[in-house]
Amino acid sequence: MKYIDDTVVMKRMKSRLTYNKIWKAVFLLATSLALLTLVILLVRIVSQGTGYLNLDFFNNFGSRFPEKAGVKAALIGSIYLMLIIAPVSMFLGVGTAIYLEEYAKKNKFTNFIQMNISNLAGVPSIVFGLLGLTIFVRMLFLGKSLLAAGFTMSLLILPVIIVASQEAIRSVPKEQREASYGMGATKWQTITRVVLPAAIPGILTGTILALSRAVGETAPLVVLGIPVILQFLPDGLLSQFTTLPMQIYDWAKRPQEEFQFVASAGIIVLMILLVIMNSIAIFIRNKFQKRY
Amino acid sequence: MVDLMNKTNNKETVNIKTPSPSMGPSIQAADKNSVFNTKNFNLWYGDHHALKDINLDIKENDVTAIIGPSGCGKSTYIKALNRMVELVPIVKTNGEINYRGRNILDASYEVEELRTRVGMVFQKPNPFPKSIYDNIAYGPRIHGIKNKKILDEIVEKSLRGAAIWDEVKDRLNQNAYGLSGGQQQRICIARCLAIEPDVILMDEPTSALDPISTLKVEELVQELKDNYSIIIVTHNMQQAARISDKTAFFLNGEVVEFDHTDKIFSTPKDQRTEDYISGRFG
Repeated sequence: MKYIDDTVVMKRMKSRLTYNKIWKAVFLLATSLALLTLVILLVRIVSQGTGYLNLDFFNNFGSRFPEKAGVKAALIGSIYLMLIIAPVSMFLGVGTAIYLEEYAKKNKFTNFIQMNISNLAGVPSIVFGLLGLTIFVRMLFLGKSLLAAGFTMSLLILPVIIVASQEAIRSVPKEQREASYGMGATKWQTITRVVLPAAIPGILTGTILALSRAVGETAPLVVLGIPVILQFLPDGLLSQFTTLPMQIYDWAKRPQEEFQFVASAGIIVLMILLVIMNSIAIFIRNKFQKRY
Repeated sequence: MVDLMNKTNNKETVNIKTPSPSMGPSIQAADKNSVFNTKNFNLWYGDHHALKDINLDIKENDVTAIIGPSGCGKSTYIKALNRMVELVPIVKTNGEINYRGRNILDASYEVEELRTRVGMVFQKPNPFPKSIYDNIAYGPRIHGIKNKKILDEIVEKSLRGAAIWDEVKDRLNQNAYGLSGGQQQRICIARCLAIEPDVILMDEPTSALDPISTLKVEELVQELKDNYSIIIVTHNMQQAARISDKTAFFLNGEVVEFDHTDKIFSTPKDQRTEDYISGRFG
């Protein structure tokens, strides 16, 4: 007794194959639409912005005149900001991840903390801006400084770094830890000599991707009251500063048409910065990732 | 009925294993010092009673094999001997495991100290993704040895001890992951020797290896027994028969029989041991 009838199989074959093709086309369309939008955006920005992209653009400060406007203060400000965010968020993020993965007992309380960290990653950045305004700008009297903004941005990307670091630490096989403990190593020795060297590529990749999010972020800085145009470079941790997204935001909302082109040039600079950072992340991942 | 009688009889034989003058001719090893003397040891994973009233007296410079079907507690027992079993958070224990006269379950016994004396080789070769040299030097380094010359000597001595020096001496700076599985396992044995342990625990060290590599590891165990006490868990009864002096048969978390290996394999006292070694189950 056969349950599968050959003639029925052949009859259904054609419609099955047609469905297969239709769905393939639907998914291809979805991908193409996303790609197309991206290409249009890029082409527009590049065609508008390249005219303004010259050495002067990197050497000039913000200006009322489009032809004199430049990204010097904004670019340097963004880089300085990164230099604060990177160590602060890495120290706190990796430290938290190590504690949660290696030391903390797994119980309801740590589960609760874990869940909240994941949720924090989804909190809108403007909320972090309000937090930074209350704590760093007002309570700790840091003002609208590099330090206040750096701390705020560190908090913003902290959940992402914690989660990425936890995943990297968790992916180090249990057998590796056992080998180390089995020779009488302490937990600290095992972490520094076995776990972290294996987890560092994952941790760095996550951190750099989180940093590039911070570099492109505007909303928290708007709330902190960071100025959009500055005629000087920041000269210390408590100095005022501006960043690329803030500068672009300012140019884009100006009435003169030329400023739209200046904004495009600024976007190109920001995108190049982000592409460089993401490339470093990919390079680290491919070069140093350990395989077991 | 005969079976049942045998079982009850055997319980007594097991209990006699703790030091007692009336051991009879079968155990003349009383002159050897005891390394691990386990008394009424119990272990639970949560509610699961994994080891029940274990009494075993393991002597120095013996190769002691622990055999039994999957899930009988043999791996758990060997991991209790260097307290690796505590890495599972829900483990509870009671009773005593005396290592050279000191109860390792005492809160004052530091696991780091215990594991320096009692090394372990694991089921799956687990070298670090570092160079062969750094793998072997790992143990000495965590114990504070920094002198390059001393480290060089330890590395060579350990690799020679694990019978792999000639195969790797020209590529000590290459990643240990480039070696074959059998070589990796001998690197792990060398890494264990580098901390100059007193006892070596081996948890099914050949189960992931091919027959030729297995043979090499077995020969190595024979060589090592002059200087170390070795406790080896194995799935493979022929292996236990080939390399061990004493064999303990575990079943359902209990020690059914513990005796000289030739006795266990020729004239087991317990029916269950006989059933197991003759391949009727397990």
